[in-house]
Amino acid sequence: MTEQPQSAIIAEGLTKGFPGVRAVDHLSFDVSSGEIFGLVGPDGAGKTTTLRMLAGIMPPDAGVASVAGFNVAHDPEGAKHQLSYMPQRFGLYEDLTVDENIRFYADLFGVRKAEREERSTQLLQAAGMREFRKRLAGKLSGGMKQKLGLVCALIHRPKVILLDEPTTGVDPVSRRDFWRILYELASEGVAILTSTAYLDEAERCHRVALLHQGKLLFCDTPANLKAKLGKSVLSITSSKPRGLRDELEHAMGISSLVLTGDGLHVVVDDAARRIPEFEARLNSAHVPFDTIQQVTPTIEDLFVDAVSSGASVHA
Amino acid sequence: MPDANNSIVIENLLKQFGDFVAVDRINLEIRKGEVFGFLGPNGAGKSTTIRMLCGLLTPTSGHAQVAGYDVAREPESVRQNIGYMSQKFSLYNDLKVIENIRLFAGLYSVPSNQLSERIEWALGMANLKGRENLITATLPGGWKQRLALGCAVLHKPPVVFLDEPTSGVDPISRRQFWDLIHHMAEEGVTVFVTTHYMEEAEYCNRLALIFRGKIVALGTPSELKQKSMKGELLLVECQPLGNAVEVLQSAPDVMDAAVFGNALHLVVRDATAAIPQVKKYLSDRSITVGRVEKIHPSLEDVFVSLTTASDSGKEWEA
Repeated sequence: MTEQPQSAIIAEGLTKGFPGVRAVDHLSFDVSSGEIFGLVGPDGAGKTTTLRMLAGIMPPDAGVASVAGFNVAHDPEGAKHQLSYMPQRFGLYEDLTVDENIRFYADLFGVRKAEREERSTQLLQAAGMREFRKRLAGKLSGGMKQKLGLVCALIHRPKVILLDEPTTGVDPVSRRDFWRILYELASEGVAILTSTAYLDEAERCHRVALLHQGKLLFCDTPANLKAKLGKSVLSITSSKPRGLRDELEHAMGISSLVLTGDGLHVVVDDAARRIPEFEARLNSAHVPFDTIQQVTPTIEDLFVDAVSSGASVHA
Repeated sequence: MPDANNSIVIENLLKQFGDFVAVDRINLEIRKGEVFGFLGPNGAGKSTTIRMLCGLLTPTSGHAQVAGYDVAREPESVRQNIGYMSQKFSLYNDLKVIENIRLFAGLYSVPSNQLSERIEWALGMANLKGRENLITATLPGGWKQRLALGCAVLHKPPVVFLDEPTSGVDPISRRQFWDLIHHMAEEGVTVFVTTHYMEEAEYCNRLALIFRGKIVALGTPSELKQKSMKGELLLVECQPLGNAVEVLQSAPDVMDAAVFGNALHLVVRDATAAIPQVKKYLSDRSITVGRVEKIHPSLEDVFVSLTTASDSGKEWEA
């Protein structure tokens, strides 16, 4: 509360240990108003612990968390009024209807009736759920439940929202609805911190922190992250991917090679040089293949490259 | 008579619950040793199909054969010849590694004279030799999931069902896991994978997409990406994104527009023709346009396109 806050969410050297494991290790990042920031990493990377510390429900061992200008440790109440935290299992009442759940959360957050009506109509519309207002929450599909959780978490117009793996188990269509709501909120100036274990979902965020074993591997926009790989990615298709792999496994210039369902996904030092080399090699070994194409690297390529090359993973 | 090279044969399979047709006369043939992915939104008929294939639910009409057994007439034999694994629910977390293996060996009736050999095999495959007495809950995700796979195939089933087997696992462990799966497939095991995650779908030899009880796409991952999109995909960098989406949704020849990170994804009929049109359309409406280029659709783009195009996404959640 000393200066005008520049960032809606600030994590500064956040650290948390549990017996035998350092779950979060000196993690620093910040999220601006109107930004969707992704905490991305596999299970056990420290995503949930980080969100809990920012939400003020778990004290850090070291470091500072601040939300909407409030230091979470010193002024938890101030922070709570500005913030909404949606844990992995959001507490919906399955024997209440969609409307009743929303009303319950509106009352909890002290939202007035007129305000509640307007806000819930707008949110349900955005979630594509208007015709389900009278349905019991327990009778909704997984994707709908997640969207209802989000509606409840947003009923009091928080300035900052913290979402813990909101799209886990949600099919791609509902997932897209979910993201549409997030983009709308961001355009209204809400700061959004969301976690995901799916590296492909990282591409939807404005900026991403890639976590591994409690540490920050990288923090940047998805486009910049991909540029950081500094290597090229080739996709080679074939009806006999295994033969391809056996032939190319020990070829020069390959730093990683993955067998996919209908080909290989290969990270190489220099595409222009390796494509003709590989073509010649496969042809002379009579290994059938359809095409060798250079493709855009994925966040997963970067993650695997960073972790397996044992690169220093300090922020 | 069915082809002996096929390990799962589905013919006109139909399941009705009252008036609701959950699975609508689907047909599929899955070869022995194939890694086959079965995708679809929640409520599309995916789980109903799998329950029928596992002999847990009787079809209303039509036939399905799994490992040579008819799912309606010989459900017991079907169940003895399949393995089932899901990342979330397979293992008992408070049991030791070895206890989980013994439990599943018992459940699947592994003959006692094969028991010690199969336990050794499972421990070797999961890389857990010397770690038999660890509590399952304490294992890292990648190990746990290999143990779950080991448990699911202790009885050497010719067909294995995997439900989001690598969800949440780190990419390196996931790649190792799929190597294991492809190795099993090479030895002739048929692998039937269900998933929402396109990262997993990429590892399958062929994919089927089910929507409203019907198979709406079938092919290799690259075939689906090349052929199944209804239209072509453009990446559009512009500011402000929110306004751009709104105006583009009503623009001529734009089939779909969605925000994707710092840019838009646009589905259009003809990308080359649309690029100058989109640029002009946006700048006429005071939207700053950056890069506009054709991009290759991902499996997720294909999935969304096929499961929303027919009805603009309305009321399919029946």
